[in-house]
Amino acid sequence: MSEMTINLKIWRQKSIDDQGGFQTYQLSEVSEHMSFLEMLDVLNEKLIKEDIDPVEFDYDCREGICGSCNMVVNGSAHGPKRLTAVCQLHMRTYNDGDTIVIEPPRAAAFPVIRDLVVDRSALDRIIEVGGYVSVKTGAAPEANLIPVEQEVSNTAFDYATCIGCGACVAACPNSSAALFTGAKVAHLNSLPQGYPERKRRTIAMVDQMAKEGFGDCSNYGECEAVCPVGISISSIAEMRKSYLKAVL
Amino acid sequence: MKLDSKVPSGPLEEKWNRHLKDIKLVSPNNKRKHKVIVVGTGLAGASAAASLSELGYNVQTFCIQDSARRAHSISAQGGINAAKNYQNDGDSVWRLFYDTIKGGDYRSREANVYRLAENSNNIIDQAVAQGVPFGREYGGLLDNRSFGGAQVSRTFYSRGQTGQQLLLGAYQAMMKEVHNGKIESFTRHEMLDLVVVDGKARGIITRDLVNGTINKWEADAVVLCTGGYGNVFYLSTNAKNSNVTAAWRCHRRGAAFANPCFVQIHPTCIPVSGDYQSKLTLMSESLRNDGRVWVPRSKDDSRHPNEIPEEDRFYYLEEKYPSFGNLVPRDVASRNAKLVTDDGLGVGDSGLAVYLDFRDAIKRDGEDAIRAKYGNLFDMYQNITDENPYKQPMRIFPAVHYTMGGLWVDYNLMSNIPGLFVAGEANFSDHGANRLGASALMQGLSDGYFIIPYTIGDYIAGEDLKVVGTGHEAFSEAADKSQKQLDKLLAVKGDKTVIEFHRELGKIMWDKVGISRSKEGLESAIKEIRALREEFWQNVRVPGEANYYNKYLEFAARVADYFELAELMALDALDRDESCGCHLRDEFQTEEGEALRNDEKYSFVSAWEFLGVNGKLETKLHKEDLNFEFVELKQRSYK
Repeated sequence: MSEMTINLKIWRQKSIDDQGGFQTYQLSEVSEHMSFLEMLDVLNEKLIKEDIDPVEFDYDCREGICGSCNMVVNGSAHGPKRLTAVCQLHMRTYNDGDTIVIEPPRAAAFPVIRDLVVDRSALDRIIEVGGYVSVKTGAAPEANLIPVEQEVSNTAFDYATCIGCGACVAACPNSSAALFTGAKVAHLNSLPQGYPERKRRTIAMVDQMAKEGFGDCSNYGECEAVCPVGISISSIAEMRKSYLKAVL
Repeated sequence: MKLDSKVPSGPLEEKWNRHLKDIKLVSPNNKRKHKVIVVGTGLAGASAAASLSELGYNVQTFCIQDSARRAHSISAQGGINAAKNYQNDGDSVWRLFYDTIKGGDYRSREANVYRLAENSNNIIDQAVAQGVPFGREYGGLLDNRSFGGAQVSRTFYSRGQTGQQLLLGAYQAMMKEVHNGKIESFTRHEMLDLVVVDGKARGIITRDLVNGTINKWEADAVVLCTGGYGNVFYLSTNAKNSNVTAAWRCHRRGAAFANPCFVQIHPTCIPVSGDYQSKLTLMSESLRNDGRVWVPRSKDDSRHPNEIPEEDRFYYLEEKYPSFGNLVPRDVASRNAKLVTDDGLGVGDSGLAVYLDFRDAIKRDGEDAIRAKYGNLFDMYQNITDENPYKQPMRIFPAVHYTMGGLWVDYNLMSNIPGLFVAGEANFSDHGANRLGASALMQGLSDGYFIIPYTIGDYIAGEDLKVVGTGHEAFSEAADKSQKQLDKLLAVKGDKTVIEFHRELGKIMWDKVGISRSKEGLESAIKEIRALREEFWQNVRVPGEANYYNKYLEFAARVADYFELAELMALDALDRDESCGCHLRDEFQTEEGEALRNDEKYSFVSAWEFLGVNGKLETKLHKEDLNFEFVELKQRSYK
């Protein structure tokens, strides 16, 4: 099998005020080696030639690291493949004649801009209130004066790999951003550099999460299941631990 | 146009410190009266914005992505160089400087490169203090790996995601300042023009990509950190939205464009699989530490690579360059991949690939050790190709990766338009004709954290910058021009899509302005580019309208700029009758097929002045002579 025909059912919405709805398209000559987004590129070329507005979707690096893409494919954020951002999904995952349903990541805190493109600036605002170490340029000590146990450093790195795509929010029945926030809290709080600000950071970020309209975490674990970079749900436990210690 | 590099006098080791001593300062209470615009929020932009804001300036940042954290610096895999000498292998600022200037094939400024090497250590300190999780040894101290073009281990890394971790560090520093109310961050905004008043950069024009509004922004200085122009080739390792538009529009306003033909083709990328291919994926150069590059010795060897015995394998880099082996610089590795595939020895369906084999490293260190070092890269490879690199060699091929050329800047990183500063990949400054691995992150952060914050103060303190007001005619003229161009693109309503044009342009560039160039090829490329550009404006089909989110309209405006840049790149390559670094002219090679420089005639930076486009690109070449006081120019040898 090398060329397939794929049936697409895609969410189209002109703006935040538009109600939106699904449109169906059929695309033939889909190669198994195409990436999922390349398949959508091919669809858009076809639509443009037919004088139909192309489907808008976010993407940039197409290497699974920038976190721009985040569509929901057949009900699953980033599609069916574990630990894979949708830009890294390939059409070999599908069979000739398959129907694929594509939607934006839905959450009250992610208003739709157009089609599959949403506004995720709420995630930036969570970082803004405390997702950093307050060190000014030039104020840093010699790097090796801060030894960090290798295991601690590796764990911090695992949390730090979050790409900020928002799939965790889309997958969560509560639209919680706990995995995103937990990952940053756990990354910074576990390191000696982040230790002095751990209390302030945790409280501020958790509070901001609520202010932005994200729901609370009730341990569904859907976030971990769809996370393209495998952020562990233990980050949420770390965040709660830090929060309790900070407020008690 | 006058090009004054403003390199301070004195011994190499003292230039930067002396300059810092002489630089004018802006007092803290005056800093808050000044506004600086930073365009682009990658390593250079985010670090510059954070540092300027910490100093007290009012900063506005603009990026095209939906978050400042998504700039393309995020994709850098391998690492960042610094002259810490933690490995006790004889590294020093001088050696990092020397490797970088030699790696650039002696086409960069000594003083700039030395300063870069000096700043390298501060960058590591800064990043570690921010909580960037670099790889560490069991003792808790920082680890290093080796990279191409160097014989010491000086590369700091965060697994295969060093760019991501450094960018998040800079982005977080920037967000801290947003929280402090000193940075106003605008996302999904694209710069479409530079506003020049009385010869000085006084603002920018942007388009809000969500609703299409054209906006005017005034400032005392503009810092352009908008990355490179590799996407002129259509296929490259750059992110899809990386583009030259901001830089090119500055060029159109009078900023000189330097060394446009210096483009780095990265040797280790995943080969093209079909026409629908939208981008190429890089496999970090760090893989060449353990992977061995080879092709079959004979043309028609159709055996599975695992079945080809040692004697039938041509480890061409190890054989030709015994002392550097697989760790030769990128340009040398790419050129040799092209040579063996031109000879018909390429592998895979297209014949446009070579093997990168980990068999021996796995045998030596075990699969777990290799997984610990490169796990995410191996996963990425397997995901894309459906082949398991632990069990069979990777197939790799060169791809356009980085552009050493860019807007011309002086030692202060200011362009020839006063008030327009350019940092990171967008400027031409530090890598000469070839960039060494793990040096892009270093340069972006050196520019942003440790150079721009000082040199901008020197400029602001020395100028009388009266408020202009966005009502000034220069603002309206630039805004109208931006809007009119978009309207014009939408009005063509032709038959060929933007992507089709871009792909065709990319093919001309890859075939004739790519890994190797010739006079004949370049002359025909220029004709083809002009003809295709003409056709573009007659026949492009841009969907939708300008007053809402419309990605294909964004692309159309960017491709329009690529069409002009492409011609300039070909002209620059044609003018440079020598080979140096990544610029290989077929006519100028040593007997062994290595780049043959002509230091007597071409030891200069070519800086092009834009005069207009009228069927052809009207342009004028200015030269900044490169004077080498401290290093001896040699034929590069990695044998």
